[in-house]
Amino acid sequence: MAQTRLDRNEQINGWAFVMPALVLLGIFMIYPILWSLWMSFQVGRGNNFSFGGLANIQRLANDALLVQALTNTIIFFIIQVPIMIVLALLFAVALNDATLRFRGLFRTILFLPCVTSLIAYSSLFKSMFSNDGIINQALMSLHLVSAPIPWLTDPFWAKVVIISAITWRWTGYNMIFYLAALQNVDKSIYEAARIDGIPAWARFWNITVPMLKPVILFTTILSTIGTLQLFDEINNITQGGPGNGTMTLSMYIYNLTFRMMPSFGYSATVSWVIVAIVAVLSIIQFMIARDRRRGA
Amino acid sequence: MSLYMLRRAGVYLFLSLAAFLSVFPFFWMAVGATNKSTDIITGKMTPGSNLVVNFQTLLSQVDLWRVFGNSFLIAIVSTILTLAVSSLAGYGFEIFRSRVRERIFQLLLLFLSIPFAALMVPLFVMISRAQLTNTFTAVILPTIASIFILFYFRQATKAFPGELRDAARVDGLKEWQIFLFVYLPTMRSTYAAATIIVFMNAWNNYLWPLIVLQTPENKTITLVISALTAAYTPDYGVILLTTVLATLPTLVIFFVLQRQFVQGMLGAVK
Repeated sequence: MAQTRLDRNEQINGWAFVMPALVLLGIFMIYPILWSLWMSFQVGRGNNFSFGGLANIQRLANDALLVQALTNTIIFFIIQVPIMIVLALLFAVALNDATLRFRGLFRTILFLPCVTSLIAYSSLFKSMFSNDGIINQALMSLHLVSAPIPWLTDPFWAKVVIISAITWRWTGYNMIFYLAALQNVDKSIYEAARIDGIPAWARFWNITVPMLKPVILFTTILSTIGTLQLFDEINNITQGGPGNGTMTLSMYIYNLTFRMMPSFGYSATVSWVIVAIVAVLSIIQFMIARDRRRGA
Repeated sequence: MSLYMLRRAGVYLFLSLAAFLSVFPFFWMAVGATNKSTDIITGKMTPGSNLVVNFQTLLSQVDLWRVFGNSFLIAIVSTILTLAVSSLAGYGFEIFRSRVRERIFQLLLLFLSIPFAALMVPLFVMISRAQLTNTFTAVILPTIASIFILFYFRQATKAFPGELRDAARVDGLKEWQIFLFVYLPTMRSTYAAATIIVFMNAWNNYLWPLIVLQTPENKTITLVISALTAAYTPDYGVILLTTVLATLPTLVIFFVLQRQFVQGMLGAVK
C-alpha cells in the first residue's frame, strides 16, 4: 500500500515537471503542424478559404520556382555540410592534442564566429563581397584575378558566397561537439595503435571517426535541418537572387506567405515538402549509422 | 627536420590560417565602424576617425537605445523562461520515467526536425487571431518550449547523481525543493551552456520577429541591421558599427561563461 502511494507520488511529480513544456509544445508546435496539414488542402487568398482537395499538390508539380528553390537548397546541403563537418573534425582532432601550444586560444578563435548574429554576419559578408569590396580588392592586389569577381550578381558566385558564409559561421560550433566527444575517447587505444605503427591519418579514419559517429550523425542532422531552414543569410545577402540563383525553400515559403500574393494554403503545402525531405533524410542518416555499426 | 616536426609545422600552419580567416571579419567590422563608407569601399584597413559621425548618423535614423532595450528584454525573458521550462521537463523525463512519457519523448524527438517554415503560417494566423501581433509576448511565447534544449537537459541529467536525490528525499525535501536546491546548483555548468545557446538564439532571432513585429518602436537590433543593409545606398560605416554593437552582448556573455560552456557541452555529449 505504501509502495503504491509512493509510486503514485512519483507519477504525479513526473507529470508536474514535464507539463509546462508539453502544454507549450502542444499549443505552439503540434497544433500548428496539424493545422498546416489541414491548410495545405485549402485554396484561396487571404481569409477566403475553401477546400481545394489536391489542387495545391497539383500546383507543386508545375512550379518551376519550387524546383529551383529545391535544387538550390540541395546544392547548399550537398556541398556545404560535408566541407563543414570535415573541417570541424580536423580542427577538433588537432586541438585535442595536449602537446599543442595555444590550444585554448585557437579553440576560442575558431568558435568566435558562432557568437555573431546571422543578420550581423550576413551584413558583414555582403559588404566584404560587394563588387568593390575588400575581397575583390585583396584578390586584385595579389594579382589572383584581373577583374573583380561578380560575387553577388552572378548565380554561381552568389552560391559560393552563401556557402563560405555558412561555413564561417557554423564550423566552430560543430567543432565544440567533436571536442567534447573526443574527451571521452580512451587515450590508450591511440597509444596501442601508435605502438602497432598505424599512421596518423589511418588512426583518424579507423579510430576517431568511428568513435565519434553518433556525434557526427547528430551534427549532420542538425546541419541538414539548418540548411533546409536557410533564410536569414539569403534574405540579407542576396534576397534569393540573382535570378532566383540562391532562392531557398524557406525564402520561397516566406515570399509565398508574406510577399507576392499571399497564399497560405499553398505555402503550407510547400512547407510540408520540407517536412517530408527532413523526414526522409533523417531516416536515411539513421539507417546508414545503424548499418555501419552492425557491419563493424 | 624530422617528419614529426614537419607535420607539427603543418598543423600550426593549418590552424593559423583557419584562425586568420575566423578573426578577419571581426577585425574588418571593428575597423569599418570607425571609417567612412567611401573609405570602406576602397578597402581601407586602418582605424579612421569617423566613429562619432557614424554613431550620430545611426542615432538620427533609429531610436538605438529603445531598439537595444527591446532586444535585451526579449532575450532575457526568453532565456529565463526557456531554461525554467526545459530544465524542469528534462529533469522530469529523466528522473521519473514512465512508459507513456517515454513514448511522448520519442514523439517529441521526431518533431525536433520539423523546420520553422512549416509552423510559420499557422503560428502567424494564431497570433493575429489572439490579437497579439506587434507584441513581445508574440515573439517570446512560441520560442519557450524548445525540444532541442529539453533534449539537452535530459542528456545532462543522466550525470546527476541519484544518491544526492535519495539523500535529499530521506532528509524530507519535497521534489520541487530537490530540483531547486540540489539539482540546480549541481548542474550550474549545464545551465551556463544552455544560457549561452538560448540567449544567442533569442538575441539573434530574425525571421519570427520580422513577421510579428511591425512598428518601428518595437523593432529589435537584428531587424534594424537588416533594414540598414537593404537600403538603396547602404552606409557601410553605420552598418558595420551596428553589427559591432549587436555582436558585443553575445561576445561578452560568451567570454564570461566560456569555462562553464565547454564543461556543460561535455556533460551533454557523454
